[in-house]
Amino acid sequence: MINTLAQTGARCLLVCQLIGRSGVFLINILGWGKGFKAPCHRVIKQIHHVGVLSLPIIVVAGIFVGMVLALQGYSILSSYGSQEAIGQMVALSLLREFGPVVTALLFVGRAGSALTAEIGLMKTTEQLSAMEIMGVDPFKRVFSPRLWAGVISLPLLATLFSLLGIFGGAFVAVNLLGVYEGSYWANMQGSVLFFDDVIKGLIKALVFAFVITWIALFHGWNARPTSEGISQATTATVVQGSLAVLGLDFILTAVMLGGF
Amino acid sequence: MSLKAQIFVECHHVGFRREDKTVFSGLNMAIKKGQITAILGPSGTGKTTLLKLFCGQLIAATGEVLIDGQDIAELNRVDLFKLRQRMSLLFQTGALFTDMNVFENVAFALREHTRLPEHMIRDLVLLRLDSVGLRGAADLMPSQLSGGMARRVALARSLALDPELILYDEPFTGQDPISMGVLVNLIRQVHEDLNLTSVLVTHDVKEALSIADQVFILAQGRVIGSGTPEQIKQSDDPLVKQFLYGHVDGPVPFHYPAPNLTEQVLHHD
Ligand SMILES: Nc1ncnc2c1ncn2[C@@H]1O[C@H](COP(=O)(O)OP(=O)(O)OP(=O)(O)O)[C@@H](O)[C@H]1O
Ligand SMILES: [Mg+2]
Repeated sequence: MINTLAQTGARCLLVCQLIGRSGVFLINILGWGKGFKAPCHRVIKQIHHVGVLSLPIIVVAGIFVGMVLALQGYSILSSYGSQEAIGQMVALSLLREFGPVVTALLFVGRAGSALTAEIGLMKTTEQLSAMEIMGVDPFKRVFSPRLWAGVISLPLLATLFSLLGIFGGAFVAVNLLGVYEGSYWANMQGSVLFFDDVIKGLIKALVFAFVITWIALFHGWNARPTSEGISQATTATVVQGSLAVLGLDFILTAVMLGGF
Repeated sequence: MSLKAQIFVECHHVGFRREDKTVFSGLNMAIKKGQITAILGPSGTGKTTLLKLFCGQLIAATGEVLIDGQDIAELNRVDLFKLRQRMSLLFQTGALFTDMNVFENVAFALREHTRLPEHMIRDLVLLRLDSVGLRGAADLMPSQLSGGMARRVALARSLALDPELILYDEPFTGQDPISMGVLVNLIRQVHEDLNLTSVLVTHDVKEALSIADQVFILAQGRVIGSGTPEQIKQSDDPLVKQFLYGHVDGPVPFHYPAPNLTEQVLHHD
């Protein structure tokens, strides 16, 4: 009994310590008080790694999710005889939810895990130490370009995802299910609001991007310098990143729909 | 010049622990400017740890480490990084940046800390690579190098910025006799050309004694012998003798601290 309590306590302490460490880590990346700068070309190189290389999976997933939404939406809407509203339904679900959330989940798996493994390996092979000893701060040189690249890439990927999903949905609705093309687009135009749907979706994506990249970088940096350590860190990134996305999505949606 | 100014690195009663193992207790050492100092010691005595203490990557638990008169534990991050630009550490593992080719690895510090035009960086890097015999390997990635080559690239990289203090962690392991000779000469030559203070950590007794001005022998968490190579060779201290002539039996244990072997083997439960 006492043992279990003690163990629980120890675990809690460990978690608190981890949260504290990751907070300090973030402050270091952002270079609080020292003026934050990340050279453009380095951010661009990292955008290539985390963003451009995630493109194929996002493109394929976007099209398919859009097509499935159209199929499901049609079967629900047609029972009310309102299948003309399908464009609106596909667009709204993509822009508000599926775009940011599914993109973020794919991003955790594709880019987040890669970031953790890369940083973990740099730590294991003492590259980060070598950099520090050469008088180059790895927080500026390695971490902050990656953080910014993540924050820039994910909203763009989410936008692309929604866009392709809308076209995928149009293909299924118009070409396969015979919905009138004019009404697909007109219904969508009439109901999608720029701020309430597009911008709020982008804000979600931005928050997810920040949190995912932070988690991924932190686990890489915090990994034990062994191959098991790296594999555990990568798993932790994927699990915690995905859960963080889903949890945050609920909170953000509640706040946004609440009209704050 | 006062006596104080001639000393680059100074350790006073340094104590340091790794988890529950005491690595150093009461270590004293003074490394003079402009000399080649060799630090010898058996594997696992904390030679790498000592170099990391010099760089401020690890901080001594007790005592102080002074670099050019400044207590490294008391520097803030900015000053520490400034101080580090004057020194350079050759890692035991090389620690090359795996996402850059050999050329970019050597150019790294130049690009980070100077605003030299591209053609000058190119010339400097090629000269450095040439001096370690690897100019032809400039376009290779670190994964394509052998262990010995990687270490020579790391050496070229640590010399790139013309440091004042250079710390070599085991530069000779993994070198064939030819490149070993080249390396010994190279270390001596850059030492003289660049007016360096060199610290050489190694367990190669012969090379160390041939190249060093001053030798420290490290064991059991402290300095067990120091002096010029001549003094060391003539030392009567049994600890020093054991290390120099490689006797297995002696005051310095070959084994990592462990319970008695017979007990551990026979009484397993
Ligand atoms: N990251 C670490 N965590 C815990 N203990 C460590 C760590 N690194 C080294 N040690 C311990 O510290 C002691 C000194 O290690 P160090 O690497 O400094 O030895 P060394 O003298 O460089 O040995 P070698 O000649 O084999 O390179 C060793 O006993 C080792 O077990
Ligand atoms: Mg070592």
